[in-house]
Parts: sequence; C-alpha cells; structure tokens
Amino acid sequence: MAEHILLRHRDIPDIDELDVYLQHGGFAAFRTLVTTKTPQEVIDEVKASGLRGRGGAGFPTGGKWSFLTSGVFPRYVVANADESEPGTFKDREILERNPFQFLEGVAICAYASQAKTAYVYCRGEFWDLARGLDEDLGLLRRRGFLGQHLFGSDCSLDIHTHLGAGAYICGEETALLESLEGKLGQPRLRPPFPAAEGLYGKPTVINNVETLTNLPPIIQRGAAWYRAMGTEKSPGVKVFSLSGSVQRPGNYELPLGATFRELIFDRGGGVPAGRKVKAILPAGASSTILPGTEAVLDTPMDYESVAALGSALGSASVIVVDDRFDLSWVALKTSRFFKHESCGKCTPCREGTYWMMHVAERIEAGGGRPEDVSLLDTVARQIQGKCLCALGEFSTMPVVSAIERFRADFEAHMTDGR
Amino acid sequence: MLVEKYRLEIEAILAKYPPEHKRSAVMPLLYLAQGEYGRITPQALQEIAALLGIEPTQVGSLIGFYSLYYDKPTGKYHLQVCTDLPCALRGAEAFARTLCQRLGIELGGTTADGLITVEAVMCLAACDRAPVFQVQAASGIHYHENQTVESAMALIEMLRRGLADG
Repeated sequence: MAEHILLRHRDIPDIDELDVYLQHGGFAAFRTLVTTKTPQEVIDEVKASGLRGRGGAGFPTGGKWSFLTSGVFPRYVVANADESEPGTFKDREILERNPFQFLEGVAICAYASQAKTAYVYCRGEFWDLARGLDEDLGLLRRRGFLGQHLFGSDCSLDIHTHLGAGAYICGEETALLESLEGKLGQPRLRPPFPAAEGLYGKPTVINNVETLTNLPPIIQRGAAWYRAMGTEKSPGVKVFSLSGSVQRPGNYELPLGATFRELIFDRGGGVPAGRKVKAILPAGASSTILPGTEAVLDTPMDYESVAALGSALGSASVIVVDDRFDLSWVALKTSRFFKHESCGKCTPCREGTYWMMHVAERIEAGGGRPEDVSLLDTVARQIQGKCLCALGEFSTMPVVSAIERFRADFEAHMTDGR
Repeated sequence: MLVEKYRLEIEAILAKYPPEHKRSAVMPLLYLAQGEYGRITPQALQEIAALLGIEPTQVGSLIGFYSLYYDKPTGKYHLQVCTDLPCALRGAEAFARTLCQRLGIELGGTTADGLITVEAVMCLAACDRAPVFQVQAASGIHYHENQTVESAMALIEMLRRGLADG
C-alpha cells in the first residue's frame, strides 16, 4: 500500500497530536516559507504543482490565489469546512484525524495570500470537531506557530473557527462569506469575485479543507514530486468518499485517474452479494447520474475523463446504487434534499426545487399521471441557467439524468399501481 | 441576561472578529443563548441585537434560515437522523421509522416526557457510518454512528436517567 499524503493518520495514528506531527516534519514547510521564501514564490510552486480545488469545482488553486487584487489589505483566508454534500465525508476525517496538516495548509495559504487572519468555517454539525480545532489552535499559539513575528520574521497570523448552523448553501463561497458576516447565507451576485471583494469587502481566498491539506507536502517535497502522481491535467491524489451499496464504504485516498472499478470493487469490496451496480453518482447528490456499465466502471476518475462521460467528478463523492433500487426514488431523495437546502433567493431554484419534489413524490407514490415524467423533466430544465449559484443547477442534474437514462424506472410507477 | 453569566465567553467570541464587524459574532452568540435557555428566547434575541448594534429582526431572520436554531420549546434532546440518499441506501429510513415506533411518536414529534424529539435531517457527512444521528443538546452537538435501534434505545435510556448528556 502506498503511503498516504492526506489521510496520513492511517500510517501514523497519533498524528493528531502536535508533537507527533512535528516529529514527522510538521510545520517545517511553513517555517521554511516564512523565513526564506516570498509569497509569490509560494504561489508559483503551488501553480507548478497543478493542484486543483478539491471542493468540487476543480479550479487551479495557485491561479485562484493570484487573482487577489494587488495592494489592497487586509486580506483574508477562509477554509471551507462546510462539508454538506450528500455522500461527502472526506473533510470530516481530515479535520478529525489529521488536523495539524490541515491547519499548516491554512497557514501556508495565508502566507501566500499575505493574510494575517484566517477563518475556518465549519458546518454547525461539526460542533465537536470545531471544539477540537479550537484546542489545537490554542496549542499552536502557545507554541509560537501562530501569533506575531512568527519565527522572528515580520509575518503574523491568527486562525479562528466559525460554526455554521445547518445550511448546505453556506458551502457556496459567497453564501459562506455572508454567513461569516452574520447574515443569511445567500449567494452574492458575481462579479465582484471574493478575490477582489470577499470577507468584509476585502480580497479573500476561500479554499476547501482537502485542498489546503495538500499544501504542506507540496511545499515540503516540491511541485515535481506532486505532479508525478495522478494524470497530466489532474495531478496529485484525491480522497474519494465511497458510500451507498458497497461492502466497505469509507474514504479512500487514490491518485486521480484511478478507475471507478478500482474504487468500488478493489477498495470498497463491491456491491452486496448477488447485486449489480445499477447507477453511480460520482459527485454526491449534485451528480449527473452514470449507468453502472463496464465502460463507466473502467473510466479513470479524473476531472477530464468523468466530464467526457457527460458528468463531473466534483468532490469525488461516489454513491453506488445497486439494482434493488429505483432511480425515480433516487431522484425523489435528491429533490427533497435540494428543496430543503435552496436558500430561496432565486425564484427558479426556490419554486423549481419545490415542484420537482412534489412531482417526484406523486410519481413515487403511484399517483402519477402519464405526462408526469415529462413534466418533471420540464420543471428541472426550466431551473437550469437561471440562478445565481450552482445549487439550482445541481438540483436538476440527478433528475434530468435519471429520466434520460432510467426512464423505465419512472414509468413503472404509472403502470404497476405501486 | 447572558452578559452577566457569560461575560468572558462573550468577550472571547467578539475578539475573533474585527471590532467594526462584530455582527459576525451573531451565530456563536445564538448558540450561547440556545445552550443557556434551550432555545432562542425573545429576551435573548433582543440582548444579542443590542450587544452587536443590529436590529432584532436581523437576528430573528437567522433563526428561521439556519436549521440548528430553535425559537420554540422542544424536547431536551434533538435526535436527528440522517435519511439522505447515501444513508437511505443503507437502511436509514427504516431505522428512523422503527425508532419512532418504539418511542410511540411520529417523526418530528417529541416524547410525552418532553425529553426526546426525533427528526429526519439532511446529510451529516457520515455516510460511511450509517445509520447515523446527531444529538443536539444544551452541551452541543454529538454524533452517534453505526447505530441500531437497540443502541439508540440504550442511549435514550441513558439520557433519561441522566447518565449521558448528548
């Protein structure tokens, strides 16, 4: 088994203790930067590594940092720990078991961005995790890894946690900023982008937990080492969250470009005995659903290859659906989720998710009219392209793709009287 | 008054944010109030607004928007079961249904002694350990993973006897 880069606690169980983390090279990367490198050199190294955002969008991380409006201070760094996509539970494991590597990543990002303050926005349900991070941060302050004049330099940094309170939308970066400012978590109109006007109207970098956790090893071992893993366009490793109809659900750290088959069968032990993979949601509930064909199972899980199937890798939250389940039920489950989580700002999303849920419920309950499958499809398509953030779009993808690829599952409810 | 009992906690919360942006402290202060009173009382809402120099309606709107704040009295412990897709594929809906039957309540209902409210909630980011629920109590929010109806009933009995707190 290859060494873990992100889930390092699986090789070193006590790495959640600061002294153990330090014994294994912890904070060496941050110290080196602060004492010997310029912020621009850090940005260049991360750009060269090819690291792309692991929260779902896959945007190049170094590129995102270089968009910060020059000469405007203070700047802020926000770590997005609002992990709420159904099927996604990778950040939680990192925060729980390998918190110092994540926090060093936040510190590296703050140094590169020239920010003196960083916030870790944790979903409210991560209450216990946030308490743990608060203790870790207190320890880092006492031990001189956070504070003023770090390592004798001019660099200062403090990091604070901030707890959300149960709203999926706050994972969207501008809604997260609104929430952090004490307002309703509703997305902002862009532009301006957060790199120009983010938290408190100041230039802000927002990165996902897993993205940030990649930074210490990249700085320590170099961009070329990182690029040697994964594929040319999707370099590095990724934590894949595997859930649903599999024998061994869990997080698996693999190079980008590993196949669905490798994840689901070699790592996850396959579907329960006697069952078949019917469908795969590669990016949590926000997925264009893939059929469980041999060709799909043999597809490499990197950003480009999954996009070529007409879907997206997103946060790499692979939900497996076996042949006992009905895709009209799956579409109902995802519709119910998005209806609950729509923030209500944009009418097409607020009303559309409501009606998708109701039509899907009617079909599932056996009370559907013959035209309901097309009606559901139409409602979904009318949301597309009309909303401020991606939530509206996400809500339609499982519905439209389930109807397109598994229409018979919906129609069965019309004829069998269920 | 929160400020009398929790002066140091409130100062520590406010110190996280720039003084000119103390509105950012509203969410942690709401948690503080909820921990003290079991819900956000009208008095607490007024006090938080005054502390931060914002309108009470600006505080009140957050309670409706965010699902972890309550302004109405409910059970002492909120047992919140995730029934989203990945958990449902592993039997979470049947788990929630059976648990409610055993407690003699509907989903969303509260036991007659006012101790337990069982709710279905959206994804808790613990899909690999389904069935999973969180217990929201005055002491915070705590996860319980890989549950069975029996293990959940055992926890409820501990809560009833005061041997556990979430």
